[in-house]
Amino acid sequence: MLVPAVISARGLVKRYGDFTAVDGIDFDIEQGESFGFLGPNGAGKSTTMRMISAVSTRTGGSLDVLGLDTNDHGPEIRAQLGVVPQADTLDTELRARENLVVYGRYFGLPRAVVQQRADELLEFAQLTEKATARVDDLSGGMKRRLTIARGLMNEPRVLLLDEPTTGLDPQARHILWDRLFRLKERGTTLVLTTHFMDEAEQLCDRLVVVDHGRIVAEGSPAALIREHSSREVLEVRFGSSRNEGAAASIAGIGDRLEVLPDRILVYAHDGDAALQAIRAKDLEPITSLVRRSSLEDVFLRLTGRTLIE
Amino acid sequence: MSAPVQPATSDAERVAIGIAAARRTRRLGWWYVAEQRIRAMRSYVGTWIGLGLASPFLYVAGLGFGLAIVVNDAQGGQDVGGADFLLFLAPALVLGSAMQTAAQESTYGVFGGFRWVPIFLAMRSSPVSPAQMVVGYTIGTLVRVMPAAVVYVAAIWILGVTGSSRALWLVPIALLLVLAVALPVTAWAAHQEHDRGQLNVIDRFVTLPLMLFSGTYFPLETLPIALQWIGWISPLWHAVDLGRWALYGAEVPAWLLATHVAVLVGFATVGLLAAVRVFRRRLDL
Repeated sequence: MLVPAVISARGLVKRYGDFTAVDGIDFDIEQGESFGFLGPNGAGKSTTMRMISAVSTRTGGSLDVLGLDTNDHGPEIRAQLGVVPQADTLDTELRARENLVVYGRYFGLPRAVVQQRADELLEFAQLTEKATARVDDLSGGMKRRLTIARGLMNEPRVLLLDEPTTGLDPQARHILWDRLFRLKERGTTLVLTTHFMDEAEQLCDRLVVVDHGRIVAEGSPAALIREHSSREVLEVRFGSSRNEGAAASIAGIGDRLEVLPDRILVYAHDGDAALQAIRAKDLEPITSLVRRSSLEDVFLRLTGRTLIE
Repeated sequence: MSAPVQPATSDAERVAIGIAAARRTRRLGWWYVAEQRIRAMRSYVGTWIGLGLASPFLYVAGLGFGLAIVVNDAQGGQDVGGADFLLFLAPALVLGSAMQTAAQESTYGVFGGFRWVPIFLAMRSSPVSPAQMVVGYTIGTLVRVMPAAVVYVAAIWILGVTGSSRALWLVPIALLLVLAVALPVTAWAAHQEHDRGQLNVIDRFVTLPLMLFSGTYFPLETLPIALQWIGWISPLWHAVDLGRWALYGAEVPAWLLATHVAVLVGFATVGLLAAVRVFRRRLDL
């Protein structure tokens, strides 16, 4: 490899007692890349993130971050990472700006530097007017942006984001994505976990699909879709009691069928043609929808389950 | 929209900066934690100044002009523990209040630091180590107790309990007592995963009995021998006895003075080691 990976894992394992949260995974994340772990809740994404951020001792395998072993060089690694945890750990005893100042100090930064960066990052997070607000008075999206600003106080080379937009409304998510795009443009390596396929498609250059602590697929969002799904998907509904029966008659149309409790997914290169073929069999669905294949379909194909259950 | 903080020029430079920062934190991380505590205290500073100023005067005045008169009358001119009752009582008031504050900060504050206001989890993402968190947090508790102890000493002077500058000794003794109480309680509180009401245990079954049975309001020897052991294992008794010796030269043999100091230092040391151990385990996520 020409460029050494920023983060590199081989056979990475984490067990809590009898439970294996991460079950032997390999991945390499390169400088400047935006890398995602996509999977349902409980797939082991957050555990992996904690090991990368050098706050959780691995049970087995190897894990190097910025060329250093996470088990031996925690402080040096943490000094160069930005972390946005899934649950906000903002300091509610302090005001918004003070959160940045105090946090920057943990990284050994001089007072003057910390003050200047706090102002710059408040502006970046679009929170300048909220500098003296109490943390509890900020909206969910603002808290998230403040947490991101806090994670940038030490000018990290790598920013780790665990479920960055979970619990946010659509508008707040878009504002956040925009901020993350800007960081990406500046060359910050982003590593994120998500169970939202649209987020993964928007933000990730490359991702791994994780299920039950294992990696089941890897690639760019487009490549994963190409490899594991058809170009289009036709979604048809016949009413919950009739889907099973209709599926039997449809079999053979398109590349593949997926029968869900509420609808049937017909994977086909041409969704409209598939719908025509269904109608030709004298079947009239209550609703029908032709759409592009998404990562959701990839996940369904690979694991037999939907991402959000 | 201006660009945020300019990125450093080269990767090598950034790595060097990161490592230098980690080195600085390795040396000074405890102080950064203490800074957080001091900043957080600012939001309560109004209430504290009120309480901190008022309660020493209330206690010294209330007990001095009430209880002390009754006790001194009943004693028929005989002193209590080698002094006027109020002089005897003064160290107990200063040190008892220091113990209570230390215990409270270390129960609710420490438990809360993992749960309610998760400062320790936030610090965990930085180069600050668990040991530095324990040390820095405890320095915060010392900073909090110090002004109250100073005001108590002022109250002792102003209300005429004694004019001696020996009263100042009560401040360092209070700080030593804070370490002896705060660190073991910190270890215990950090060990609690959930709040099922057990946090009150420290208040009700440790702090309060120690206040009553540590030779605070009356000499320990007054208690039946079956209860005196509470005093012997109580950091408060060791501190108060030390304080009486320092304040008005109560007769305490040298070996006992050494024991007092050794017990307090022992509590603090064992507490520190235990707290660091618990923090390390709890913060390996």
